[in-house]
Amino acid sequence: MEKNQAIIMKDGDNVATAVTHIEAGSTVSLAGEGSAICLKISETILFGHKFAIVAIPQGRPVVKYGEIIGAATRDIAAGEHVHVHNVESIRGRGDKG
Amino acid sequence: MKFMGYRRPDGSVGIRNHVLVMPTVVCANRVARGIAQQVQGAVWFEHQHGCSQLGKDAARTADVLIGHGIHPNVFAVVVVGLGCETIRAQDVAAAIKCRCPEKQVQVVLIQDEGGSFKAIATGAAIAQRMVQSASMSVREPIAASELILGTECGGSDACSGIAANPALGAASDLLVDAGGTVILAETPELIGAEHLVAARAVNPRVAARCLAVIRRREEEAKATGFDMRGGNPTPGNIQGGLTTIEEKSLGCIYKAGTRPLQAVLEYGERITQKGLVLMDTPGNDIEQLTGMVAGGCHLVVFTTGRGTATGSPIAPTLKVAANTGIFAKMNDNMDLNAGTIITGEETAAQVGARIFQEILAVASGKLTKAEIIGQNDFGINRIGPTL
Repeated sequence: MEKNQAIIMKDGDNVATAVTHIEAGSTVSLAGEGSAICLKISETILFGHKFAIVAIPQGRPVVKYGEIIGAATRDIAAGEHVHVHNVESIRGRGDKG
Repeated sequence: MKFMGYRRPDGSVGIRNHVLVMPTVVCANRVARGIAQQVQGAVWFEHQHGCSQLGKDAARTADVLIGHGIHPNVFAVVVVGLGCETIRAQDVAAAIKCRCPEKQVQVVLIQDEGGSFKAIATGAAIAQRMVQSASMSVREPIAASELILGTECGGSDACSGIAANPALGAASDLLVDAGGTVILAETPELIGAEHLVAARAVNPRVAARCLAVIRRREEEAKATGFDMRGGNPTPGNIQGGLTTIEEKSLGCIYKAGTRPLQAVLEYGERITQKGLVLMDTPGNDIEQLTGMVAGGCHLVVFTTGRGTATGSPIAPTLKVAANTGIFAKMNDNMDLNAGTIITGEETAAQVGARIFQEILAVASGKLTKAEIIGQNDFGINRIGPTL
């Protein structure tokens, strides 16, 4: 790997952000604040998009920058794309009364 | 640390020397544009307001107009009215003159002049004299501590929070450490990150006010009955990888650096504090920009991952690309590249130092790309109905 393909913003995050285009089926090695992990990516991840680095059960917080950015709307496996199709905001929800 | 600026008779400092042609009402837009287009060196803006407004809403529109008129980047003002509007050109001109007695301020009323062409001719002759007078102004060394920097991010993608905003945050800290002022704004884009901003407040009163203005914006969003996703984050933000407002906000606050939060200001309120302040504005780029400039912000550093063209008519608006792709693709609009942080070529601190140097260069007269293009974006945040 010539350079970082994805970034983990803070230790404890359960997602990483792709800083290159990552093809489905490829294996990426990730450098976080203190740790390095190897992960198989199950879907194509566009530049700037996120994938789970650990399994995130439905209803559990999605964590980036060490902070909660939303909740999983279904079980998300490690290596899966994490975006509007499987994460909802928990703020500013006029639709939820 | 110094830059070359204009010292005004009232002691305030300008970094540009504009002759501003300002319509106080939508009906005067065409004439204001006509005047400015006749006169090299004049700038103008247009807006949809100035009539059929009441109370606080009318007062805010008037205050934003007056804020642009008294702005130290403006040498002189031609105030253009129709003649029968709610926000009268004569009143706006008088308010500017009251605050800045030595500034040249003239009124042109279309109904009094006898039509658009005559009003344009009268206004152009006035603006021509003002531009000549402005050309005699001389820059002098001024301490960086007198600068007021507006920070803004728009057309954000995931790189905004990883690269451009942390770099701008480093530059913000450098300016605060030099004794200057930095504005954080776009309140809805603090939803989900408010605890981090409030924790930096200098006292419990500022912290409480910070939380209150953010809560108010969230309540406004909820009162629509919709999920705010789609409105903010926008479809472009989502395409760029931002999933929720919380994620956008957490990336957004990096641009305010790490120094203590001194005060929370209303939209367009005059900025007198040093250090970091929060101005309560919408996330809408143009309304935010206009509010910060109305408050006296000298220049804006605007980060973007998806690209944007925005620029104030009177405050230089410097664009920082969050990724090298957009820096290359929209190079007409981009002044600096922070994408080098993504590729590992530079750190956020290194890019922040470059941004800070560019702030001083632009404050000294270097033109931004938005100025050369002639961007004159202006949008007042309304708080009442149009009658």
